[in-house]
Amino acid sequence: MLADQDRIFTNLYGLHSPGLDAAKKRGAWDGTKFLLEQGRDWIIEEMKASGLRGRGGAGFPTGLKWSFMPKKSDGRPHYLVVNADESEPGTCKDREIMRHDPHLLIEGCMLACFAMGAHACYVYIRGEYVAEKHALQKAVDEAYEARLVGQNNVHDYPFDIYVHHGAGAYICGEETALIESLEGKKGMPRLKPPFPANMGLYGCPTTVNNVESIAVAGTILRRGAAWFAGLGGKNNTGTKLFCVSGHVNTPCNVEEELGITFRELIDKHCGGMRGGWDNLLCSIPGGSSVPLVPAEQIIDAKMDFDTLRNLGSGLGTAAVIVLDKSTDIVGAIARISYFYKHESCGQCTPCREGTGWMWRVLTRMAEGRAQKREIDMLFEVTKQIEGHTICALGDAAAWPIQGLIRHFRPEIEKRIDQYSANPHSDPVPMAAE
Amino acid sequence: MANRRLAPASEQPESFAFTPENAEWAKHQIAKYPEGRQASAVIPLLWKAQEQNGGWLPQKAIEAVAAELGMPKIRVLEVATFYTMFALEPVGRFWIQLCGTVPCDSCGARELKGMLEKRLGPPGHVLPDGNFSWLEVECLGACCNAPMVQINQDYYEDLTPESLSQLMDDLAAGRPVKIGSQTGRTSSEPQGGANTLTDETLFDGSRVGAWRKRFEQAKEAEGADASKADASKADAPKAPVAKTGEAESATQQAATAPRPAKPDAGRPVERKASDAPAQRAADGEEPVKPEDRADAAERGQSIAKHGGARQGDADALDSPAKRVAEGEPAAGEESRQEVPGRDIPPPPPEASGASEAVEEKLDSEKKK
Repeated sequence: MLADQDRIFTNLYGLHSPGLDAAKKRGAWDGTKFLLEQGRDWIIEEMKASGLRGRGGAGFPTGLKWSFMPKKSDGRPHYLVVNADESEPGTCKDREIMRHDPHLLIEGCMLACFAMGAHACYVYIRGEYVAEKHALQKAVDEAYEARLVGQNNVHDYPFDIYVHHGAGAYICGEETALIESLEGKKGMPRLKPPFPANMGLYGCPTTVNNVESIAVAGTILRRGAAWFAGLGGKNNTGTKLFCVSGHVNTPCNVEEELGITFRELIDKHCGGMRGGWDNLLCSIPGGSSVPLVPAEQIIDAKMDFDTLRNLGSGLGTAAVIVLDKSTDIVGAIARISYFYKHESCGQCTPCREGTGWMWRVLTRMAEGRAQKREIDMLFEVTKQIEGHTICALGDAAAWPIQGLIRHFRPEIEKRIDQYSANPHSDPVPMAAE
Repeated sequence: MANRRLAPASEQPESFAFTPENAEWAKHQIAKYPEGRQASAVIPLLWKAQEQNGGWLPQKAIEAVAAELGMPKIRVLEVATFYTMFALEPVGRFWIQLCGTVPCDSCGARELKGMLEKRLGPPGHVLPDGNFSWLEVECLGACCNAPMVQINQDYYEDLTPESLSQLMDDLAAGRPVKIGSQTGRTSSEPQGGANTLTDETLFDGSRVGAWRKRFEQAKEAEGADASKADASKADAPKAPVAKTGEAESATQQAATAPRPAKPDAGRPVERKASDAPAQRAADGEEPVKPEDRADAAERGQSIAKHGGARQGDADALDSPAKRVAEGEPAAGEESRQEVPGRDIPPPPPEASGASEAVEEKLDSEKKK
């Protein structure tokens, strides 16, 4: 188990004040000026050396992302946009950072902006997080009042931070959709290239980072890349907030080292599996977009990017959804399909039409009201959607279904058999081809 | 995609205008964004309009926001129908949004849903007393505290059908209720308390500054290296990364007032996309090179021969290509709001990110 002194989010549970004085005692804003004096290159090199991978789901190295920004401004201002549109089902970590440790985030924004030559930062908070918006705005006000940020601040680097509030659209978690939304349009993802580092917010170089990736920056720079890289494993360094939900005894958020095993995570922090380990059916280890992993494969697996990818799944946002044997697994994946149908922005045809089609077929399969050959057809359709859309929502809608078919095909077939073995007045329909 | 339409005409109010306080608030929101980018404030303004109108957005409010921001009505309507948190039809005084996505669904949201259906009827339907209406929504991001609902702006977590029913009774009767977990959790810690973050030294400030030792040691080591190198007259020690000078110059560059320049759109900077006639026209040169024209004219049927009238006054030409070259929108968008082209850098926003209270305080401090 990770030692307390190696935890970055020391007020994760809000047992202490989120205010500036208490945050300073916990180590926020400690020597920020000293860190800035080390220079832009030092910050970026240190972030690269720490091996920090983006905490928003894709796991792209954060230091590398920062280094993509133009070294010199060509006249256009640079922007940092913080993605606090946390809406991946299962994920509830950024919320805790914003309401309990907001100063770590604000300090991280300042460091990141300095490293990228940006003077303005927008934090895009999802619409549902009203209390979190107020909490973060309160912390921003405190920072302005203490002249930690703003024009003429004590750090001698002009920097403004603005809190922007969204209005409930999952798709705005995609970086270019988020930029569109911030510009006052519908959140429809843009084609890339041009990449945001070249042409993002208002046509200016922009970097979009997850809240957690930015909030850990201050502590990494203080304690050093070597400290952070010493935690976790190779290529999967550092600590990560895990959001464990579902059928465990005490669901919770917890900061742990990457590479902790699934069993240890659940036993140490979540009071064990509900009904014992034999009751585990499967887990969705990275938020609803990643394929599920059945019990025997996940139970002793290391929770990190590479191990889970090798299991045909992914760490995503480390939102671990645990499902026990009482779960209607086909119904649960159908519910996830409904989510993607609801959240598709409607821009690309494969996703707009496909998500609804997959949901309808899966809903029938959950009852058994389907043909066995439709299982292969469904799999084929997911393959047609995957990779054929502008953003990754199409992939995210396809993967959970692929995971279901890969691991629970007998379950679907069993239901179809049960349904057809009993007399029904309705004929079994068949998906339109 | 969700199918979302405006409320029927019979339910639409006659007019909508921001109250003076809200109009003032709106001005402050607009100032958060660079000049000419006021469209960015569309979501905050729609929120305020919805709040002022009792929790839902009528058509007139959408039009009022469009007028306020100088946006075409259809653009604001698009935004209002795209984002699902804008209620387009009247809602109850307590608007219950039940999270029904997988983590909540597997922890009892179905029971809550059954209870709500029984008590309030079908979703999206306001009770005759006007108190409640409900809707199943997608993940609200409080998965460690499943199942949960959002009532108006507040989260109520760790619910059972009984506790939700009790909560609704309390709300309807105006009794005080507890926001957040209904089972005594502070936030998302394990039920019964966490076994982590118990080290007191994390919170009393005794660990602040401990990290500086690392830099002091590095400096000492560097000094020792340097003296050793001097003594042995070996190669000079490597310069530390931070002192290449690039950092300083880049910082200075970014800090000084930015010059306008064209975005490169992914192409190498300072090189024209192509050597096109439109570009030459924009630069004040002959759009068609004389040698090209001569070459074309030789073939007898060239349009250049007949198009003489157009060649002379190339600058008067109003072709999309030319407009692009001049940095204007390519299509006929003159009638639209005055949005600066992508190649014009937005000036910095007027307002600081702090809310007004802080600004006033700072102002008063300055005066002192």
